[in-house]
Amino acid sequence: MTDFRDLSLQGLWKNNPALVQLLGLCPLLAVTSTFINGLGLGLATMLVLIGSNVTVSLVRNIVRNEIRIPVFVMIIASFVTIVQLLMNAYTYDLYLALGIFIPLIVTNCAIIGRAEAFASKNQPLASAYDGVMMGLGFTAVLVILGGLREILGAGTLFTGADRLFGEVAQNWTITLFETDSPFLLAILPPGAFLAMGLLIAVKNMIDAKIAEKETTPKAKAERVRITAET
Amino acid sequence: MKLSLSSSPHQRVKRDTGQVMRIVIYAMIPGMIAQSWFFGWGMLIQAIIAVASALIFEGVILYLRKRPIERTLTDYSAVLTGLLIAISIPPTLPWWMTIIGVFFAIAVAKQVYGGLGFNIFNPAMIAYVVLLISFPAAMSLWLPAATHAAITPSFLDSASLIFTGFTTSGYDVTQLRTVAGGASMVDGVTMATPLDTLKTDLTQGLTYSESLAKPTFDGSLFDAAGAGWGWVSLAYLLGGLGLVKTRVISWHIPGSMVISVFVCAAALHLVNGDLYASPLFHLLNGAVIVGAFFIATDPVSASTTPKGRIIFGAAIGFWVVIIRVFGGYPDAVAFAVIIMNMAVPLIDYYTRPRVYGKNVSSKRGAK
Repeated sequence: MTDFRDLSLQGLWKNNPALVQLLGLCPLLAVTSTFINGLGLGLATMLVLIGSNVTVSLVRNIVRNEIRIPVFVMIIASFVTIVQLLMNAYTYDLYLALGIFIPLIVTNCAIIGRAEAFASKNQPLASAYDGVMMGLGFTAVLVILGGLREILGAGTLFTGADRLFGEVAQNWTITLFETDSPFLLAILPPGAFLAMGLLIAVKNMIDAKIAEKETTPKAKAERVRITAET
Repeated sequence: MKLSLSSSPHQRVKRDTGQVMRIVIYAMIPGMIAQSWFFGWGMLIQAIIAVASALIFEGVILYLRKRPIERTLTDYSAVLTGLLIAISIPPTLPWWMTIIGVFFAIAVAKQVYGGLGFNIFNPAMIAYVVLLISFPAAMSLWLPAATHAAITPSFLDSASLIFTGFTTSGYDVTQLRTVAGGASMVDGVTMATPLDTLKTDLTQGLTYSESLAKPTFDGSLFDAAGAGWGWVSLAYLLGGLGLVKTRVISWHIPGSMVISVFVCAAALHLVNGDLYASPLFHLLNGAVIVGAFFIATDPVSASTTPKGRIIFGAAIGFWVVIIRVFGGYPDAVAFAVIIMNMAVPLIDYYTRPRVYGKNVSSKRGAK
């Protein structure tokens, strides 16, 4: 009934919350100074997104249309509180590093956008799957942006992996190059905007290439001349 | 005598873009000579690096954008951008930082916006700000003027400093910054730029006149100008006046900017002469003169109407003094120019000259 393949494609690429909908840019730009910070916030957002999508989908026939937005926000806020408390308990260092941006997940428009546009109209299973895919799409962008900025700005990758994965990950940090004068711009907020712009440009370029490939054979087919002789 | 009949315009444009850019480059020569005289060969080496990389970046990006390469490269705009970057950065900056700056100027500030004529921001100043924000330490390492330095690096030493970080005899930039007169290299006083010196001294509780007693301000043309810096500013002023004379630039922007810096600085200086530097100090140190004649007058990113140009220049002058005095960075010309670049569309909108015959006031209409 629901096209799961299409849902994946929408979440990861065609309708990516960060690259196409441009939603949730505030946390996206603020916390992606390292790979791990990006991954942490991405996972937290994904958990909230799945939880809120499923719940909204379950109550979609009970909630009256007039009051749906407050109800959605309350559901999202509850899940954010749960995730925040979990992170406070199990990944305390990461909780400190992400700071205000964990409670701010409530205001992430990508989440209420999915609740409104998808979960309130679809079955719980499809909604859960949509949450996973949208969350993955968002996380992927956070991680790429975080990785790019970390490599350019500090020359390392996976700094602070132990904040997310525990003691095992203590020596996961890869040092690509060492420098006395790091490229601070990449770590500062303007660098996030520039890198985000570049990522969107790359995506548009790939889309244009795909569109070009798809239209070429069509153009050939149209050239066939049919002369009707009656 | 045969009179030929032709339609307007009767006065032909005498110069194309390439010629204008070349004249600006020639006008920079006196300043560049003064700058290399006082601050060493480094600036010329930076100029070679910056111009070469600017041309390469411009060429590659034009190729990627499938635009005419030769025509754009020969308009000398990339060369001028490279030169402006070279004169504004410290002469001993590592070569790869210069290239990063040039990349941001040409690729990001100029070509991403659509190439010459479409750039909102002055490319050279974007490069300067990117470098200043990214590498604040390296961007403040100016050598003392040659008249004060214990060691003056030769051409080879300068090249070696830029490419390896050490002179051929093994000194690094910090060692070269010490001034002659100390008992040994270690005891010598490190010499900063005049603007840096004043800023540090003020935070340490010294007054403006006490700060002027520092060696940085010895042996210069005026008391308020740092050694070497006053002469460099005057040399650029000479070239700038030449540009105004040949009508490559109009007097509006440099005139209003210099006057504005003078007035703002004088107002603060009159309020408290111990805390705020004199107008002459602000004009002769740092990049105000270069900025007024060569940077703020960029025809693309500056305001285009006569009235707008006066507002544009005056606002830049205002911001230069405000950011220098109250901001975190010692010099502010780049920030001021970029802030006002953003305001240019607004300024131009409100200062559009009246079209003849339109919006005639009712009084005149009644006559």
